[in-house]
Amino acid sequence: MKAFLILEDGTVFEGESIGAQKEVISEIVFNTSMTGYLEVLTDPSYAGQAVCMTYPLIGNYGITPDMESTRSWVDGYIVRELSRIPSNFRCEGTIQDFLLEQDVPGICGIDTRALTKILRDKGTMNGMITTNENYNLDEILPKLKAYNTGDVVTKVTCKEKTTYPGKGYKVAVLDLGEKQNITKSLLERGCEVTVYPAHTKAEEILGDQPDGIMLSNGPGDPKECTDIIAEIKKLYDSEVPIFAICLGHQLMALATGADTHKLKYGHRGGNHPVKDLVTGRVYITSQNHGYVVDTDNLDAKIATPAFINVNDGTNEGLAYTGKNIFTVQFHPEACPGPLDSGYLFDRFMNMMGGKNNA
Amino acid sequence: MPRNKDIKKVLVIGSGPIVIGQAAEFDYAGTQACRSLKEEGVEVVLVNSNPATIMTDKEIADEVYIEPLTVEVLKQIILKEKPDSVLPTLGGQAGLNLGMELEECGFLKEQGVRLIGTTAETIFRAEDRQAFKDTMEKIHEPVAASQVVNSVEDGVKFTNTIGYPVVLRPAFTLGGSGGGIAHDETELREILENGLRLSRVHEVLVERCIAGWKEIEYEVMRDAAGNCITVCNMENIDPVGVHTGDSIVVAPSQTLGDKEYQMLRSSALNIISELGITGGCNVQYALHPESFEYCVIEVNPRVSRSSALASKATGYPIAKVAAKIALGYTLDEIKNAITGKTYASFEPMLDYCVVKIPRLPFDKFLTAKRTLTTQMKATGEVMSICNNFEGALMKAIRSLEQHVESLMSYDFSDLSMEELDEELRIVDDRRIYRIAEALRRGVSYDHIHDISQIDIWFIDKIAILVEMEERLKKEELTVELLREAKRIEFPDTVISQLTGKSVDEIKQMRYDNGIVASYKMVDTCAAEFQAETPYYYSVYGGENEADGQSQKKKVLVLGSGPIRIGQGIEFDFCSVHCTWAFAKEGYETIIVNNNPETVSTDFDIADKLYFEPLTAEDVENIVNIEKPDGAVVQFGGQTAIKLTQDLMKMGVPILGTDAKDVDAAEDRELFDQILEQTKIPRAAGGTVFTSEEAKEVANRLGYPVLVRPSYVLGGQGMQIAFNDDEIEKFMDIINQIAQDHPILVDKYLQGKEIEVDAVCDGEDILIPGIMEHIERTGVHSGDSISVYPAHTIGEDIKEKITDYTQRLAKALHVKGMINIQFIVMDGEVYVIEVNPRSSRTVPYISKVTGIPIVDLATKVIIGKTIKELGYKPGLQPEAEYVAIKMPVFSFEKLRGAEISLGPEMKSTGECLGIATTFNEALYKAFLGAGVELPKYKQMIMTVNDKDKPESVDVAKRFAALGYKIYATRSTAKYLQEHGVDALRVNKISQESPNVMDLILGHKIDMVIDTPTEGHGDKNRDGFLIRRNAIETGVYCITAMDTANALATSLESALTDFTLVDIAKVKNA
Repeated sequence: MKAFLILEDGTVFEGESIGAQKEVISEIVFNTSMTGYLEVLTDPSYAGQAVCMTYPLIGNYGITPDMESTRSWVDGYIVRELSRIPSNFRCEGTIQDFLLEQDVPGICGIDTRALTKILRDKGTMNGMITTNENYNLDEILPKLKAYNTGDVVTKVTCKEKTTYPGKGYKVAVLDLGEKQNITKSLLERGCEVTVYPAHTKAEEILGDQPDGIMLSNGPGDPKECTDIIAEIKKLYDSEVPIFAICLGHQLMALATGADTHKLKYGHRGGNHPVKDLVTGRVYITSQNHGYVVDTDNLDAKIATPAFINVNDGTNEGLAYTGKNIFTVQFHPEACPGPLDSGYLFDRFMNMMGGKNNA
Repeated sequence: MPRNKDIKKVLVIGSGPIVIGQAAEFDYAGTQACRSLKEEGVEVVLVNSNPATIMTDKEIADEVYIEPLTVEVLKQIILKEKPDSVLPTLGGQAGLNLGMELEECGFLKEQGVRLIGTTAETIFRAEDRQAFKDTMEKIHEPVAASQVVNSVEDGVKFTNTIGYPVVLRPAFTLGGSGGGIAHDETELREILENGLRLSRVHEVLVERCIAGWKEIEYEVMRDAAGNCITVCNMENIDPVGVHTGDSIVVAPSQTLGDKEYQMLRSSALNIISELGITGGCNVQYALHPESFEYCVIEVNPRVSRSSALASKATGYPIAKVAAKIALGYTLDEIKNAITGKTYASFEPMLDYCVVKIPRLPFDKFLTAKRTLTTQMKATGEVMSICNNFEGALMKAIRSLEQHVESLMSYDFSDLSMEELDEELRIVDDRRIYRIAEALRRGVSYDHIHDISQIDIWFIDKIAILVEMEERLKKEELTVELLREAKRIEFPDTVISQLTGKSVDEIKQMRYDNGIVASYKMVDTCAAEFQAETPYYYSVYGGENEADGQSQKKKVLVLGSGPIRIGQGIEFDFCSVHCTWAFAKEGYETIIVNNNPETVSTDFDIADKLYFEPLTAEDVENIVNIEKPDGAVVQFGGQTAIKLTQDLMKMGVPILGTDAKDVDAAEDRELFDQILEQTKIPRAAGGTVFTSEEAKEVANRLGYPVLVRPSYVLGGQGMQIAFNDDEIEKFMDIINQIAQDHPILVDKYLQGKEIEVDAVCDGEDILIPGIMEHIERTGVHSGDSISVYPAHTIGEDIKEKITDYTQRLAKALHVKGMINIQFIVMDGEVYVIEVNPRSSRTVPYISKVTGIPIVDLATKVIIGKTIKELGYKPGLQPEAEYVAIKMPVFSFEKLRGAEISLGPEMKSTGECLGIATTFNEALYKAFLGAGVELPKYKQMIMTVNDKDKPESVDVAKRFAALGYKIYATRSTAKYLQEHGVDALRVNKISQESPNVMDLILGHKIDMVIDTPTEGHGDKNRDGFLIRRNAIETGVYCITAMDTANALATSLESALTDFTLVDIAKVKNA
């Protein structure tokens, strides 16, 4: 069946329908990873977005046990070609079936490179995937312009707090749309991990007396999360060591008086070079963010840049002055992407150890 | 870290002559690195014995030495030039070994010269078997378990610790004979016992068998600060067991999930960090197809064939970045030259799929074993890019220029099911075609996978192509079907063949429905950033990014495709220089080529690069977009020349010599008219199509005769026939491929062979120099030792040659290059053949005379005259040097290949000896070709009756050099009768000790074996002697002239050389 991708600027791509046959409006973004499509589909940070994969051959190794959450969160899926058969020793099913099961609508057979160039040149925009051949642009375009991802954190966060046993540090993870590998990375380091819903009060978390707090990644515009920001300010004021990733990093910055803004087309992929400003070392990182922390008016008394992006010089991490708090924009938990910055979890262990030894 | 300012003058070591396993990729890497160094203000001293390279141009390096690559020569160059650093990582294994030797002997330290780009310790830890194993163990990176054993019991014991199956490799046996794979103890005991017996040192390596695992490669970069990135990974479609150079390879990997991908990526970074490599490195893995288990197969701590492929596949210039790292820069300080915005510290992301297919030489070596193993056999490769795998595979197939354009091109349809099933087990260059045939007959994916271990994802892709064949055969050709067939890159010719419609009809149907190729850019970043370098590939469907608009005049330069015997790196040299010359004249230049190993396909050589097959249809698609003002075909070898007619049909003017004049040189009858009109003699001959006609002509002329097809390069299919039977045999071979043109039968004249390259502006000619061959006619010019200036012919002959060249060039209205081969016999000069195009000797003669022929020819093509260019027409004054070009062969890599020289070319590369005297130049030429004699001062002679008289003098010369001469019965008898103290030795069939025992005793320097007239079957003694000699590393000579030349060279053996800086050679 035919499907159409209609962009806010009036561009229409015609392709074949894949996955669920339903109409959806969302923000259109592109991801340049060549592997890890399943991790992308199940990354809660993509809630409210339809993802275009720039690599043209998707589904080659089928569905493997590598989901980053319990379900797919993307609003739509845009690919050049889905593999007719999957091949991998861990393959449990096809991506075609997965999209149907997860009720994700999509489009294939379009010139994904041309779409990527539009998003690169004009910036991220909204769009619609539809199978309705009689679409009416005059009706659709205003709807597209009006679309807003809204409060997606509430949609993706867990419903109740869960504890995973461990013999080491007690870590509280605030689930803003957490990728499972964050918890897994902590468990691998022996931690006892408790995952809290995003709207948990700071008092409750602190009341459980964690050795450290982890603020996870998550979807949407950080400024939408006003309630959560207020709670995070309280966590900041506590003396508990905090490590934050992506949305967590942005929310901590907002909580402490910094600002964020939207990037033209974001960073989504597994090849982003990030420089550690202390050591000068460059790491290749996994990234998925559309917003970034402003460093122009950063108050050095509160925080200083710890990492920057080598490509565009944007902020990739902050060290909080006089605090045991450290936040990064990129994804040390990888999945998909390079594992180079996984050492940051060890750093977090040291931060907690420092407190215990004090 | 900023650039290390102490590095001011760097010696760069090249890789030497092109041999199988070490080809043009090192010219590409070296050239790119030298330009990168010069960009930084570093003075570059270059040494490489290969004159056909671009890196040895004076534009690329400041001082250029085309000298033998030996430690002694390098020491002398270092003493003379006093560089502060040596960069050894760009010259392949040859360069790395030399760097290592210079360091180990303490010479570098003594001279205060440092090794940059790597350290001796790094090389040692990556290359030494035990050190490598220890290093991998230290960082917990698995390697296939192995152990050397001396007894069956030890072997069984060790195998019990690692598990079956195991590979057994006896030490020092011919081509791995006596080895094998053991699946259980019975097999192990049997093979091991036999292997131990065959091994000279009674040693067998027992290694865990990983054949059939996925073979995956990573290209990694690291700087001195410890920053690491991977440039790309690649997956071999042929699983472990076939050398990666002989495998079909796809980039990026297709069947690995992110977990496997990142696991191996982390491992590669781990390894490059532990080895402390600063620059590029290639890591090869075997990945178990059913688990996460993997083994590190090999690490190359330098640029390699794979890094060249990775560079072209991604746009990331590995050699350039490696050179900058060697100067001290860190990755985040080096700009990404493709985007101009980002830095070298990122990882390229592809939004397309790349397929590489090796170019194997079995069309040249009919007797060679086609089986692909861990010993590489390919001479070159092609690469193609598309946004789907099927399309990339189809484009790569037709880029090979081996008369293949689809999966139907090798026909296995007459095999029975049983035969096909059996043949599926054969691992050779036709495996994918057999798989296609099996799929046509409904054989299951699983069955094909069980036999081949090829991943079913790839089998399914082949099936998609096979299904399209069926649909085109059975269904009506609708617009949708045509669109789909073009999406997966079926060429119009194949669609025509399958549908029965004409090619023109199909093309019209495409144009009517807008089914045309569009071009996408290779930009390193999957369109995330805007790229500035126009490096394109075609796809069907989608937006076109190539902009045909230009203010300048546009010229299309057609490249020469994959490196093969007969059409090597020389033609890339010519294409690149032609491109540069056009650019200097204000043209916009467009290169079309498909060879990832070459300089011409580097992204910044031409204004635009189209990485595409060189077929009429693919070129026409580019012409439709670019509408060039003209095309140049005379520099791209036969590949480009073949496209002449098609380009004219497309309305593209051919710049330079007219197509009809090119034809006149190739077409026998037209050419005879020209010879008559210019009154130039040639060997009598005729044109034929059938064996009957050929025999008639041969008998009229009298045997021996030369038989050859027209319009070929490198003497493809050319043979000397001595009788009717041979005519039949050769005609059969030639006619296996349908001939569009008649076959030529000429009287074979044995004389001195002379070769000339000239530039003609339509009126005047310029001959940079006359080259003379050491071997008499009958040995292909590419396989002959060639001497400049011609040293045994008189001024009168030189004048005659100049005059004939002038007459022929004028008669053929040559504008640009012409190459002529002559025979000088009894004071008379005959023409053998005329090629109105650039030839194999052009780089050589340009360099040794200091006359930039390609540059001049290009300017002449544009309309300048030789006089305007400041040259006096005619033969140029001779240089003050003697320069000798020595052919280099790769016979030891091709089991079963006949090595005796004849009219069909067999060499893969060449090196140069340049000096002030003939003898020194000859010595250097042999040395450059790896002939380092004497060692044991023992040799074997076995010559045919015709050569016996000459063999006496040869034997006397070697005896005078202290050689002990062994000879087979009749040769020994003849030599003894003529006063040579030759020792008779038994033939192979006779009892030991026989000639084979002598060879296998590893105490023989060389074998002189001239084959019996005519070509017998390959089981004859001579063939066995030659093969065994080659496979045990004994130098083997098959022509008396070569033997005499070697004697001359050894008689004047030198230790002190004159070094000639080619960059300073100027012509008066």
